[in-house]
Amino acid sequence: MYLATTGRTDAPPRTSGVGRRVPGTVLALGAVSLVTDVSSEMVTAVLPLYLVLGLGLSPLQFGFLDGMFNGATALVRLLGGRLADRGGRHKRVAGAGYLLSALSRLGLLLAGGATAGIATALAADRLGKGIRTAPRDALISLSGPPETLGRSFGVHRAMDTTGALLGPLAAFAVLQATADAYDAVFVVSFCVGLMGVLLLAVYVPAGSGTVPMPVTARPRTALRDPVFRRILYATALLGAATIGDSFLYLLLQRGLDLPTALFPLLPLGPAAGYLLLAVPVGRIADRMGRRLPFLLGHAALLGAYALLLAPIAWPTAVAVLALLGIFYAATDGVLMALAGPLLPVRGRAGGLAVLQTGQALARLLGAAGFGAAWTLWGQRPALWLAGIALTGALAAAWRVLPAPAREAS
Amino acid sequence: MKAGPLRLAAVVIAVLLLAGGSLGYVLHARHRERPPQQAAADGSFTLDEPGLYFRDSATGRVARLPARGAPRVTDGPSCDRFYAAGERALCLRKLPGLPARTRALVLDRRLREVRGVTVPGIPNRARVSASGNLLSWTAFAVGDSYATSGFSTRTSVLDLRTGYLIKSIEDIPLTIGGARHHAPDVNYWGVTFARDDNRFYATVSTRGRTHLVEGDLRNWSAKALRENVECPSLSPDNTRIAFKKKVSGDPRAPWRLYVLDLAGMREHPLAEPHSVDDQAAWLDDSTVGYALPGRDGRASDIWSVPADGTGEPRLLAPGGSSPVAVR
Repeated sequence: MYLATTGRTDAPPRTSGVGRRVPGTVLALGAVSLVTDVSSEMVTAVLPLYLVLGLGLSPLQFGFLDGMFNGATALVRLLGGRLADRGGRHKRVAGAGYLLSALSRLGLLLAGGATAGIATALAADRLGKGIRTAPRDALISLSGPPETLGRSFGVHRAMDTTGALLGPLAAFAVLQATADAYDAVFVVSFCVGLMGVLLLAVYVPAGSGTVPMPVTARPRTALRDPVFRRILYATALLGAATIGDSFLYLLLQRGLDLPTALFPLLPLGPAAGYLLLAVPVGRIADRMGRRLPFLLGHAALLGAYALLLAPIAWPTAVAVLALLGIFYAATDGVLMALAGPLLPVRGRAGGLAVLQTGQALARLLGAAGFGAAWTLWGQRPALWLAGIALTGALAAAWRVLPAPAREAS
Repeated sequence: MKAGPLRLAAVVIAVLLLAGGSLGYVLHARHRERPPQQAAADGSFTLDEPGLYFRDSATGRVARLPARGAPRVTDGPSCDRFYAAGERALCLRKLPGLPARTRALVLDRRLREVRGVTVPGIPNRARVSASGNLLSWTAFAVGDSYATSGFSTRTSVLDLRTGYLIKSIEDIPLTIGGARHHAPDVNYWGVTFARDDNRFYATVSTRGRTHLVEGDLRNWSAKALRENVECPSLSPDNTRIAFKKKVSGDPRAPWRLYVLDLAGMREHPLAEPHSVDDQAAWLDDSTVGYALPGRDGRASDIWSVPADGTGEPRLLAPGGSSPVAVR
C-alpha cells in the first residue's frame, strides 16, 4: 500500500500526476464502500416489505420510522468529522461507523417484531453512516497528492455506486432462493457488512499520516478560511436550487405515463451514468481545475429542468436521466476534490463534514421549497421557478467560487 | 509488508467463514417449514355458508367461523388480505420476490378466480361493494418515496360491470376546503363503497394531513369532508362511517376507533381502548370487527365492539385478520 500512496522513488519526476496509479488506500476504501453498499442496499430494498407485510406495520408508521433519523444524520456527520480530526483517528472513527451499521442488521434480526427494537437498529445504522462519511472522505483526500484527487474520488464513487446497484440484486437473489425469508437477507447483509469492516481494518492504513503534508499549512479552522467559506456558500446556494431527484422521476413518470412497475427502475439510469462518468470526469477535473466541472455539472441539471419543460417523450427522458448522471459525476466527488486540499490535515474531516452537511441541508430545503411551489402554483410554474433559481445560483456561484489559480494551493 | 501472505490468508479465511455463514443461513431458511404461499381454495370451501370469514394467520389461508359455534374451517385460498360482499370476493396476495407486487384476485362465491390483476406494491386494504360490482384495493408502493413522508400508496378501483380498471385513483380531481387541490404528494387508501355502486369514501393524505374524501366515480370527482379520518368503512345502512382517528403522536399507539354519523357529521369513540390499525368491517348495523396485534405470540386477533360507543370489545377469532361478515 505504502509504495502506491507515497510514490516510488525511482519513478520519473511527476508532471501532472495524471498517469500515476490510483493510491491503494483509495482502492481499499472503494472496496469497503462497495461491500458496505451491497450490505445496506440489500436491507433498504426489503425493509418496507419486512415492516409492512412481515410485521403488519401501517405505511404511515413505516414512513415515521424511515424518516425519523434523517435529520439527526447531518449532526452526527459533523460529530464524526470532529472526532476523526482529534489526533488523526480517521480510520478508527470510520471503522466504528462501518461496524455500527453492520451490527444494526443483527439488531433488526433480534428485534423480532418489536417496533422499539427496529427503531433502535435503524438509528444505529444511520448513526454509523453519519459517523463514517467525513473521515472516509478525509482519508481519500489525504491518500494522494492534491493533483490526482479528482480521479481518486471518481474511483471511489464509481465503486460505491457499483455496490449500490448490486445490493438490491443480492437481496432479490436471497429472497428468490428462500421464498421471501427476510431474516436471511438480514443475516447475509450482516456478513457482507462485517466483510467491509474487515477490509477496512486490514487494507486501509491508519490515520492521516499516510501522506507527508505540512501540518502548519493552514492552521486556522475551516470556517475561518475565506476560500473554504466561499466554496461552502456556493455549494449551499446551488444545493438550495436543486429540486430533489424524486421530483424529477415523478415528472418523468407523469410525462411519459410510465407503468408504475417501471417507476423504481428510473434511478438506475443516473446511477449507471454516474458509475461510467465518475472516473473520466474526475480526471478532467484534475487537469483543468475542479471549479469548472462543478459548475458545468449544475448546468447539466439546469438542462434537465429545461428538457422537462418541453413535452416529454422517450428521447427526452433518456436525456434527462443522462444529464442527472452527469450532474452527480461532476459535482459529488469533484466537490470533495475541490475543497479537500484547502483544508488543513488536522481539520480536514471536520471541514468536509461541514461542507457535506451544508449541501445536504440546502438540498433538503430546495426539495421542500419545490414541493411547496408545486402545491401552490402547479407543476410547470414550479419547474420554471426552479430553473430561474438554479440559473441565479449558477451565476452567483461563478462569482463566489475561488478562481482556479488558488484552488490547489 | 512482510506479513503480507499471512495477512492475506487471514482475510481469505475470514471471507470464507462469512460467506459460509451466509450460505448456511440461506440454505437453512430455504428448507425450514413454512406454509404454502399460493394455495387455492378447496372445492368444498365456498361463501355459501354464512358466518365470519377472515385470514387465518397460522396458515395464511381464508377461514370461516360459522355462526352457530361450529369449529373453524381453514380451507380457503391463501390471501394476505381478504374481503367479500354480494357475488364477489377479493383476495390480495403478495407475489414472491422483489420488487414487491400484489396479485389482486377477483373470486366468485365458490372462490374460483374470475379475474386477476397484478399491481406493484404490498397488499394493504381490500373492499368490495355490497353488490359485488365494484372492487378496490390499496397497495403500499415501495421505491417511490418521493414525498417527504417516505411512503406512498396506490389505490385501484375495478368496475366489473364494464371491466374498466382504474389502476390509481390519485388523478381524480380533488377539492379541499372548496378549492381545487394540486399537490404531488397525494396518496389515497382505504376505499369503501356506497350501496349505489357509484359513490365511495376513502382517505387522502396530502401535506402531512389525512382527510376523509367522498368520491363520485361517474362524475370522476372527489371532495374532502373532514380532517383526521383514516380507513373509512361505511355501515351497511350507509348512514355511518367507522374509521381510525389519530389521537396521539406516540408512534406505538397513534389511533383509536371512532364512528362518524354522516347526517350530523358528529363522531364518537368506540369502547376499544387499544390503538387499532385496520380498516374496520361492519359485522351488522350495530357492530364493527377489526384486527389487533395478537396475544400469546399470535400475529393478530379479530375483535368486535358495539358501534354506538357502549359495551366492551369481544375476542371473536384468535389468530385472524381481514374480518368480513358473509350473509
